[in-house]
Amino acid sequence: MNRFDYIRPVSVPEAIAAAAVPGSAYLAAGTNLLDLMKVGASRPERVINITRLPGLDRIEWLPDGGVRVGTLVRNSDLAYDERFAKTFPVVAEALLSGASAQLRNAATVGGNLMQRTRCAYFHDLAGACNRREPGSGCDALGGENRLQAVLGWSEHCIATHPSDFCVPLAALDAIVEVEGPHGGREIALDTLHRLPGATPEQETALLPGELIVALRLPAEASSFSRNARYIKLRERTSYAFAVVSAAAALEVEGGTIRKARIALGGVAAKPWRAREAEALLEGKQATAQAFAEAAELALAEARPSGDNAFKIELAHRIVTRALSLALEGTPQAMPALPASPFPALSGANHVI
Amino acid sequence: MSSEIAFPSPQHRRHGSSAGQPLTRRDGVLKVTGRATYAADNHPEGMLYAVTAVSSIARGRVTALDVEAAKAHPGVVEVLTPANRPPLSHDPDDKIPPFGFRVEVLQDDTVRYVNQPIALVIAETLEAATEGAALLNPQYEVESARTGLENGERFDTPAVGVGAPSRTAYGDIDAGLAAAVRVTEADYVTPPQYHNAMEPHAVVAQWDGDRVTLDMPNQALALSCAAYAAYFGIPAGNVLIRSPFLGGGFGSKAILNGPQILAILAARMLDRPVKLALTRAQMYGPVGHRGQTWQKLRLGTDGEGRLTALHHHVLAATSSFDEFMEPAANASLPLYASPAILAEHDGLRLDTGTPGPMRAPGEASGSAVLEVAMDEAAIACGMDPLEFRLANYAETEPGTGKPFSSKSLRECYAEGAKRFGWSGRPLEPRRMRDENGFLVGWGMGTAVFHCPHFPAEARATLRADGTALVETAGADMGQGAWTALAQIAAEALGLDPDQVELHSGISSLPDGGIAGGSGHTASAGLALHNAGVDAIARLAELATADPASPLFGAGNIGVEARSGRLHRRDDEGRSESYSEILARAGQAEVVGTAKAARDPAVAEAHALFSHGAVFAEVKVDPDLGQVRVTRLVGAFAAGRIINPRLVRSQYFGGMIWGISFALQEEAVTDRRTGRIMNADLAEYHVPVNADVPSLDAILIPEDDPYVNPLGVKGVGEIGITGTVGAIANAVWHATGVRVRHFPIRLEDLLVNQRDVTSAFGN
Repeated sequence: MNRFDYIRPVSVPEAIAAAAVPGSAYLAAGTNLLDLMKVGASRPERVINITRLPGLDRIEWLPDGGVRVGTLVRNSDLAYDERFAKTFPVVAEALLSGASAQLRNAATVGGNLMQRTRCAYFHDLAGACNRREPGSGCDALGGENRLQAVLGWSEHCIATHPSDFCVPLAALDAIVEVEGPHGGREIALDTLHRLPGATPEQETALLPGELIVALRLPAEASSFSRNARYIKLRERTSYAFAVVSAAAALEVEGGTIRKARIALGGVAAKPWRAREAEALLEGKQATAQAFAEAAELALAEARPSGDNAFKIELAHRIVTRALSLALEGTPQAMPALPASPFPALSGANHVI
Repeated sequence: MSSEIAFPSPQHRRHGSSAGQPLTRRDGVLKVTGRATYAADNHPEGMLYAVTAVSSIARGRVTALDVEAAKAHPGVVEVLTPANRPPLSHDPDDKIPPFGFRVEVLQDDTVRYVNQPIALVIAETLEAATEGAALLNPQYEVESARTGLENGERFDTPAVGVGAPSRTAYGDIDAGLAAAVRVTEADYVTPPQYHNAMEPHAVVAQWDGDRVTLDMPNQALALSCAAYAAYFGIPAGNVLIRSPFLGGGFGSKAILNGPQILAILAARMLDRPVKLALTRAQMYGPVGHRGQTWQKLRLGTDGEGRLTALHHHVLAATSSFDEFMEPAANASLPLYASPAILAEHDGLRLDTGTPGPMRAPGEASGSAVLEVAMDEAAIACGMDPLEFRLANYAETEPGTGKPFSSKSLRECYAEGAKRFGWSGRPLEPRRMRDENGFLVGWGMGTAVFHCPHFPAEARATLRADGTALVETAGADMGQGAWTALAQIAAEALGLDPDQVELHSGISSLPDGGIAGGSGHTASAGLALHNAGVDAIARLAELATADPASPLFGAGNIGVEARSGRLHRRDDEGRSESYSEILARAGQAEVVGTAKAARDPAVAEAHALFSHGAVFAEVKVDPDLGQVRVTRLVGAFAAGRIINPRLVRSQYFGGMIWGISFALQEEAVTDRRTGRIMNADLAEYHVPVNADVPSLDAILIPEDDPYVNPLGVKGVGEIGITGTVGAIANAVWHATGVRVRHFPIRLEDLLVNQRDVTSAFGN
């Protein structure tokens, strides 16, 4: 444990000023950061608790039909917000497939965006990890890497981003609103998380001291509400990260795809938007063949980073499935097992 | 402490015999209201906190520890290392029979596995101790880790499990194989697994001169007292272990471990109470696990699908310095009739902590593989898996020819199959789909577990107010022992369970034996029963010798104890209450005591096993390989059932562990370093509720006149046997893919071609 300063600012400017000191970290619910601090994988010198900042826990509907979600809105509160779930059902489904009910009740929107990789080597202080300790090497390469990245990785890092929530957000062109020492700016969620390249320690596009204050979903993203699904494969029905996952959203008119959105989870250091695959689908008939071609294109650049070639095949199949299920239509009600390929079973009529 | 459990609840009011009634747990309210005191909840005055520093290498030597830095940290009181660790009275490299293990207690600077304690930091606060341990900054001389088949050291072992023979041969295996029309042969692998009891291992140690009090979760109180006494050079009677509640044990709290010994040693050295509680990650090493196995099965069958040979060969992993290994092949000994059976084991030394007994040690991993192999052999013979098992039904114990004390497996098969709907099952795989297009598969497995009986003692005190106190040093790990044992005692005493106070979970009481091996109810229960009978006999003596009693002179006729009264056996009308008898005799109480053990002649003459049959339905996504166990039906026969509610719950628990074994549990070890890469409950998966949509456990009535006077067999572990194989066989039946390792993973089932025109295309 490092000794660290603990600061609880009461305004955003105060928070940002406090975070200008190098070695600072923002703390919201702490469902990820505190665990990392306990094992020593994260060692901030200054922890800035933002949970008392005013006005960041609101869901605001914009005049154009978009939505602005404060960074402190709890995962559960957002997923169960009726209008939100109706307008952006794929996001609600992804949220409810993440973690456990207890964690979702605590975890915040901003915290979810900023969660760190689950790579075991990132957590294993006795091992080398460029993300944790730049230049030390990557023990995941050649290690136990069954669940590591198959897209966008480098020999410096093969970790994945674990969020479910971020996958449909990337697909739907979500925007992140940021405040920082030099004022406010907006970042497309798709560019918030960075691929490792030679600098895996630079995990996001945020500059030192910058604070995510809100997340915006544009009005256009609501046009997919009738045909959007998030599907997640995992080895336990709840409280498990995705082996691979996919968000698919379609705008269909008379069997023809007008617009398509596809993003993959669990495959790269960021939620993986598959723009070329989307483009391929647009204007095409919605057929299994077209979906398979889109999946092929989405995974065209994929390559195993270790004993994980199966993830490429699995990702291919889950993209196809997510598209098929999206075409079938968004379920009228949240499935009993959100994001599961399995429909409800007797005895399982609860959100996990 | 333990007396807190004895408050009555309305559900416990019943007249007549209470055994066989589905009473709820006596300790349930305490637990759900947070009033149950677990070991680490104790905070004696002046207590210090201990934290172990553990190795991050699997093999080598600690060359340096920055003890100065640790000691300089505010609040740190002492740092124990091999350099200053006070002596123990027993060599930790010598095992204490019957269940002793070699323990790591800083006897030298050698590192033999990851997470081995390499120092103990004691401080005024948990935070200071934790920080002190982190400041030690160990330096190592590292040797290459032996982590698998390719670099582990093979060796011949005379024994497996707890003293079981490593090789048992009946008949001529080669002749049996030669006589076979078909030989089904395959290799299987089971992974290392860790107990992961909810409550971590913990101890609060307090010395008073040469006496020590230990608050710790413990499955074997008397044995542990004796062993701690040996390590600390004091009489066993000077060790008091208080273990009123355990948050799960699964075998890992029956064995002494190094970290707890160090904490007790620190308490003596510093003359202050010391608490040690392991972190979750620290439980992956010094407190046992289920070792990995590599198994080969060869099943010879004749033209009618009868076994001619059953050869089960197991290579079982253990540590570099001790011997416990999964007696997995022995799972093939008691179950199927075959003229030739060979069960044999070899050892493989790896740089891991020593494995130990965990959730049906050997039976679980052996049964998992045997039942899959039986399924494969049935298919090779073109037979239904149940029909195949019935064709190989053992009427007497295979090999020995001993009669079973009781065996109702046929009824288990029949009832389980009926409830499950097995008869409609197609032989071929991939023939069933549900309305959503998912592949559906049905599989089954036979469950079997032996019936150990540990010597135990008990005391029963009938009190003047007509209530009773019964005492035995047993352990309730959540299985409901306090409730079932009270029911047994109440029956022997002719009292309602509400009138019976049970004291247990503390070593100063009469030895209650071991809560393990599925033998606790039989062992402690029989002692309580006998103590109750003894108390009633003493009471009857008072009454029948007293001319003022309506029972006077009934000494030869005998009396019956019922509802707090003794009745003359040949005349119901003549009776007297316990209170009246004691009052007239001027006694405040009458005390019965008993020792109970298995009659060796019974074990010599009979084969003693519980049996069961488990049927599983899985659904598998045809393209994605995702599996769900949608139904599990188990039918079990385990002699007399004391409390059907608790027993059903035990079966459920075992079956859920079966799901866990089949589809989830695996400690992932980095092959280069030996470090376990998923040593937490987020990444080491065990099932959640959503993984278990439907469970059914059928209690098959069974009367066993031989196993013990109570007729009670064991129910704690049998549920996991049979279940693992049933699920794996159902996965095959759904997909046509035979997976020969555990857990079965998504990628194992991706072998079929992408099927874009399947039910999931459009």
